[in-house]
Amino acid sequence: MNPTLASIALAGPETVLTAGSLTALMLGTFGGGDKALRWLTFVAVTIVAIAGLTLIDDPVGRTLAFDGLYVTDAYSSFLKVLILAASAASMLLALPYLAGAKTGRFEYPVLLLLATLGMCIMVSANDLLTLYVGLELQSLAAYVLAAFHRGEARSSEAGLKYFVLGALASGILLYGVTLVYGFAGSTEFDSIHRLLAGPGPRSLGILFGLVFILAGLAFKISAVPFHMWTPDVYEGAPTPVAAFFSAAPKAAALGLTVRVLVGAFGPMQFDWQQIVLFLSVASMGLGAVAAIGQTNIKRLLAYSSIANIGFALVGLAAGTPQGIEALLFYLAVYLAMTLGSFLVVLQLRREDGSAVELMSDLAGLSRVRPGLAAALAVFMFSIAGIPPLLGFWPKFAVFQAAIAAGLVPLAIIGFVTSVIAAFYYLRVVKIMYFDDPGVAVASTRDPINGGLILVAATFCSPLGMLTITPIVAAAGRAAAALFG
Amino acid sequence: MPILSIMILLPVVAALVAVTLPGEAPEQAARARIVALATTLLEFALGVVLWTGFDASGAPFQFVEKLPLFAPYLAWHLGIDGIALMLIVLSVFLMPMCILASWTSISKRVPEYMAAFLLMESLMIGTFAARDIFLFYLFFEGGLIPMFLIIGVWGGARRIYASYKFFLYTLLGSVLMLVAMLYMVGIAGSTDIGVLATTDFDKGAQFWLFLAFFASFAVKMPMWPVHTWLPDAHVEAPTAGSVILAGVLLKLGGYGFVRFSLPMFPDASAQLIWLVFALSMVAVVYTSLVALVQRDMKKLIAYSSVAHMAFVTAGLFALNTQGIEGAMVMMLSHGLVSGALFLCVGVIYDRLHTREIARYGGLADNMPRYALLLMLFTMASVGLPATSGFVSEFLVLLGLYQVSTWATFWMTTGIILGAAYMLYLYWRVAFGTAAGEDARTMPDLSGRELAILVPIALAVLWMGIYPASFQVPMKPAVAAVVDRLKGRELATLPTEMSLTPALPTVIAPAHAAEAPERTH
Repeated sequence: MNPTLASIALAGPETVLTAGSLTALMLGTFGGGDKALRWLTFVAVTIVAIAGLTLIDDPVGRTLAFDGLYVTDAYSSFLKVLILAASAASMLLALPYLAGAKTGRFEYPVLLLLATLGMCIMVSANDLLTLYVGLELQSLAAYVLAAFHRGEARSSEAGLKYFVLGALASGILLYGVTLVYGFAGSTEFDSIHRLLAGPGPRSLGILFGLVFILAGLAFKISAVPFHMWTPDVYEGAPTPVAAFFSAAPKAAALGLTVRVLVGAFGPMQFDWQQIVLFLSVASMGLGAVAAIGQTNIKRLLAYSSIANIGFALVGLAAGTPQGIEALLFYLAVYLAMTLGSFLVVLQLRREDGSAVELMSDLAGLSRVRPGLAAALAVFMFSIAGIPPLLGFWPKFAVFQAAIAAGLVPLAIIGFVTSVIAAFYYLRVVKIMYFDDPGVAVASTRDPINGGLILVAATFCSPLGMLTITPIVAAAGRAAAALFG
Repeated sequence: MPILSIMILLPVVAALVAVTLPGEAPEQAARARIVALATTLLEFALGVVLWTGFDASGAPFQFVEKLPLFAPYLAWHLGIDGIALMLIVLSVFLMPMCILASWTSISKRVPEYMAAFLLMESLMIGTFAARDIFLFYLFFEGGLIPMFLIIGVWGGARRIYASYKFFLYTLLGSVLMLVAMLYMVGIAGSTDIGVLATTDFDKGAQFWLFLAFFASFAVKMPMWPVHTWLPDAHVEAPTAGSVILAGVLLKLGGYGFVRFSLPMFPDASAQLIWLVFALSMVAVVYTSLVALVQRDMKKLIAYSSVAHMAFVTAGLFALNTQGIEGAMVMMLSHGLVSGALFLCVGVIYDRLHTREIARYGGLADNMPRYALLLMLFTMASVGLPATSGFVSEFLVLLGLYQVSTWATFWMTTGIILGAAYMLYLYWRVAFGTAAGEDARTMPDLSGRELAILVPIALAVLWMGIYPASFQVPMKPAVAAVVDRLKGRELATLPTEMSLTPALPTVIAPAHAAEAPERTH
């Protein structure tokens, strides 16, 4: 077969998503405009599902395509499953929200499809340029999404802020890429890895390039100290968009970071490990402390996502296959917990029809909607990492890997910050269960979202522990593929 | 029949049933109560089956179940020895009392309340039955969630403060233990408690591991100076919550010491007895003095719990047969007695809605049956012969005396102070005259209240008069622990009643100190 055609066939999800997003755009433009939002969302979910199906017959081993620009292996497949699932959920969870808001525009699912395409490219990147293309595609769609409520100053501000800071980060990243290219002579991960593993002294330029690349990526995963945009953007963006930001792009960017560091810069582990350690400790610490004073749920969840990225980075700091396995497991569970929390919040409206954003709006929820309150309590205890809920086990796994790698102080710091963080997760439970109902909360009953909440809550409950074995086995294969 | 799995899963299923019952609020509440009572009684029946089916001369761990359900992190691995058996029996015995005690006093959100208690029961049984170290941790920590909700939703005025304090205090203690567990499993390569208990860890590492476990168990116990969450939690919790807290949750600390700290870190345990003794001595004197000046009944009993738990730690770290056995009996006895005392407070709290001692008085006149039972439990708490308290205190002091005379001296002082504050409490509540008319006209115990208190009274007397029924199943387990400690070098303590340092001593072999066994 023609090598280009073979490459296209190999890049199944990307091909489906490219064709699908353009088709969806046409359907939306010529097939009813904004009134088409609802069925266009289902079309988009179908496209994502088809993209997921193409993953099934992926080659088992590591396969390069597009002249080494693109790679598929168990690692990329694992992350793509997570990304596609999270994206589909992000499309569905917006339905009741967008129907109530004035800006129920049909571009929402189309933009999500484009962002998903970018994310799939990111996790399959085998070259610094592919990385950049994927990252920018995802980011550009995300900037638009953040400003989706274009009539609202807060949303526009969020979009602009995200864009300016994101562009700066992309610039830093690109600068790092040029440095690495200049000193290593290649942008392909395998060549860089070969060069670094070889004998002879390493150029300081590559180290500089690595630091710049890592800084750019740290911005995308909102690791401290590159996290400043996160709370503001989450607060300003429409809630479903914030839900999306906290899920799939985090998984994609973190997956990409891992592939760059382990795949391309593996021999420089000693150098990047210190940076990752710092990012991890700072994210866990700041995420735990800064969230205590928050009154807005979206800001709270923003800090929570910062802290969670810190926990996931512990697995990367360990730098072992066991650590990467734990990180992937962490991502899988984290996506379910964060999307679940946002789903519950999205079901609620105040009496005047505005969206629920303040934590005090949840007061007494356990009496008005006991099911929703119980689900949110499960998510909160789970993110806090209290056994026997599922959220405990990924934390357990990353710290087990850290201790096996000799990073006992990191594990102690991590667990102590998790106790501090437990305080604010508990506060959500306290407001729902201990406080008397205050502001009346009207809630929609959307069967699709209800089903999603049920699935996520069951997954995060102790019952979800039965899924540990298959998920960890898949994550283990993915990690093994990365270390090859 | 996988009886332990059934005992763990049955309450969970019942809890789900309780919160999904159909019907209007009042009948839903009535049904939830019946579901909870039936489940706890069934659990008690299963507990009796467990007790009668346990062969004290058989394998060290019986009713073993092992399923690799959650590989690679942990396995569903259950099994009990005599110590676990007795604590499980204690838990399932107290649970129906808790449900009955909340029969009328809890009127809001009854199905959720019953569900929380059933979940508690499941988690407590799981903690004692777990043979996988992470399965143990899962149950150990999982108990925080229902207890947090019980205190926070159904508690008193300062319930939110108390629930937070309880949750965060115990969580912080436990995460350090989790780090230690991860480290140990990394070295031993197994999550099986049995394997870990026979692994000889490096002596230097043992020291840190011991302290990490100590952080968790000392908070759960609770030992001075990390006991401060306990009075708050007790005072704010509903009656049945206090019973579970005092009756079973405090036992998790002592259980942890005997199951983990002593056999897994024998060298560190032997070297750090001075630390435990010092904290226990301070605790027993200090908390007894604090208890003397309390005006709130529940707070007084809470402080007395801290003092009694100091006996448990002192007995355990005597590191000999009598001490450990005494500590175990003390845990059972305290579970019954303090549970009963909290229930007694609940009885009069339901009538007058205050826990202030000064509001009561002269109850011996209008509530004679109540006064009689309260006297029995007061005496058991003080340690009068023929009650369970005497057996345990005597054994602990016997074991402790072989190791440190000074520690024994201060612990005995604690007993005297204990008698002072308990009798002072009884005097103020039962004799004299009450301040108000309402207290003078309170009706005596109802049939339901008698059904709660009389079985506990009988158990207290049984344990006081014929403790062998409780001691015999535990003997092999205690002997196994003492075996692990044999020959370890003990920290230097001022053993004689003089301040000159004594020579290093070595722990006596298990059989050498068997003689003064029978205590009645």
